[in-house]
Amino acid sequence: MFSSFMVNTWVAASIVAVVGGVVGFFVVLRGSAFVAHAIPHGAFSGAAGAALLGLNTVFGLGVFALAGALGISALGRKGRHDVATALGLVVMLGTGALFLSWSAEYAPQIYALLFGEVLGVSRAELWPIAGLAIVCLAAVALLYRPLVLSSIAPELGEVRGVSERVIDTAFLLVVALATAMTVPVVGALLMFSLMIAPAGAARALSDRPGVAIACSIALALVTVWVGIALSYAINWPLGFFVGTLGAAFYGLGRLIGARRRRIASPVA
Amino acid sequence: MSARVLEGREAPVLSLRDVSADLAGRRVLDGVTFAVQPGEFTALIGTNGAGKTTLLRVILGLQPTSSGTVELAGARRGRRSVGYVPQKVLLDPDMPLRARDVVALGMDGHRLGIPVSPRAGRVRRARVEAALASVDALDFADARVGTLSGGEQQRVLIAHALIGEPELLLLDEPLANLDLRSQHEVVALLARVAEQHRVAVVMSAHDMNPLLPVMQRIVYLAGGRAVSGSTEEVVRSEVLSALYGHHVDVLRVHGRILVVAGEGDEPVRPPGEEPGSVESGIVSVP
Repeated sequence: MFSSFMVNTWVAASIVAVVGGVVGFFVVLRGSAFVAHAIPHGAFSGAAGAALLGLNTVFGLGVFALAGALGISALGRKGRHDVATALGLVVMLGTGALFLSWSAEYAPQIYALLFGEVLGVSRAELWPIAGLAIVCLAAVALLYRPLVLSSIAPELGEVRGVSERVIDTAFLLVVALATAMTVPVVGALLMFSLMIAPAGAARALSDRPGVAIACSIALALVTVWVGIALSYAINWPLGFFVGTLGAAFYGLGRLIGARRRRIASPVA
Repeated sequence: MSARVLEGREAPVLSLRDVSADLAGRRVLDGVTFAVQPGEFTALIGTNGAGKTTLLRVILGLQPTSSGTVELAGARRGRRSVGYVPQKVLLDPDMPLRARDVVALGMDGHRLGIPVSPRAGRVRRARVEAALASVDALDFADARVGTLSGGEQQRVLIAHALIGEPELLLLDEPLANLDLRSQHEVVALLARVAEQHRVAVVMSAHDMNPLLPVMQRIVYLAGGRAVSGSTEEVVRSEVLSALYGHHVDVLRVHGRILVVAGEGDEPVRPPGEEPGSVESGIVSVP
């Protein structure tokens, strides 16, 4: 389980978990879970297109993720972009279906982009992942205060000169970036669950944003570690473990959160 | 400060001259003129749709004007000096933020990066503490902000707006959705803040009565037009009739002011009344 071949897997999955935990915190805070669903899944079509043209699938993934993020941002109004997100998703998935139908042969490479091929990460693949992760985390650190402020109420940011439009677009680009780096490793499905479940559970665990982000990272790490170990041992798909573990953590987090609230206000 | 005192009369913190604004082709503000002096408590009174929120957004620079000028004292000195508490902000109880985090963002929420300097951190904490103390919010400073009551959240948002030490504090319907006791608490708090911090308060409301004891100026908005002055100057039958465009009576009952539409005229909807409560052509402000 810890052979040199597997070491790359552990490292890559850990990097992905940290990014998923951090970016996910803001996805959940801003109520953008649907966007976090649409961008990775839509980007998958870009990979299909790239495979068709004989290009690097990660390149196609990145282009579609960015285009999707910018499209959603341009079509959405005042931070509400559920309809724009849905449209972006169906357009991208439809295009993906077309690309796949044109591909003469069945492409396991593209299939892996949906469900991940975490058990086969090469050393050469690690560097771009690490590089994109650093860019992603730096972007979040840079935007941290305006992002939180505009999540409380966009007007509070606007009166301080924080343009909601700019912040929202920047945030969607961060999600796109996280998608481009993580989807080749864990797949679109797992990236979605890593961005939602740990962060959703973490916000119930602490009232302090910094601590909640740390909890989110920790839960995401535990999820992928346990997932990989179980997947290696039992040989069931990793997606099953990450999905169910994430949901279990989320349920547990809600329970603990409800308990904390009762203790905090015994009268109520 | 001393320079301004030497001039005899202090320059207004806010002055609007003949301001008009349009929303989607409709004139929402029509020739609004008034000025607010430093530390003054101003009530912006009008019905839903009278243009209160648009007027506040114009002052904040979030809504462009079609004509007229808006002058802010702070803006002239190149410093943003307006605190703002928006309407009906209901904070999400799932949001992992304490009251003190929300207040701290009032100071530096627009800045990029994460603050790391321990010395700056201490200064920051002290300022947050002081802002929380000035709105009596120290008791729930560490509580999750979304789980606080409406009145408590309002106080946190006021501290958020005050921590930047503005010369002008704008509040959009801060009494909406509050019970009577919380309304009185918030009004008393705002009056105290205006005096202690020497910040001019401009708050909108659809009912002037809770504000009567503290307000020094009223800006009465109807149909996008405004009259401004002391309560005695503005809340009079002739003045309001001219503003509404038909006869309105002003009654003073048990220290409360009722604005009543005249008999035979088309029913007016003075502030505080929904269309459903119009009875026999007479409408009143509760």
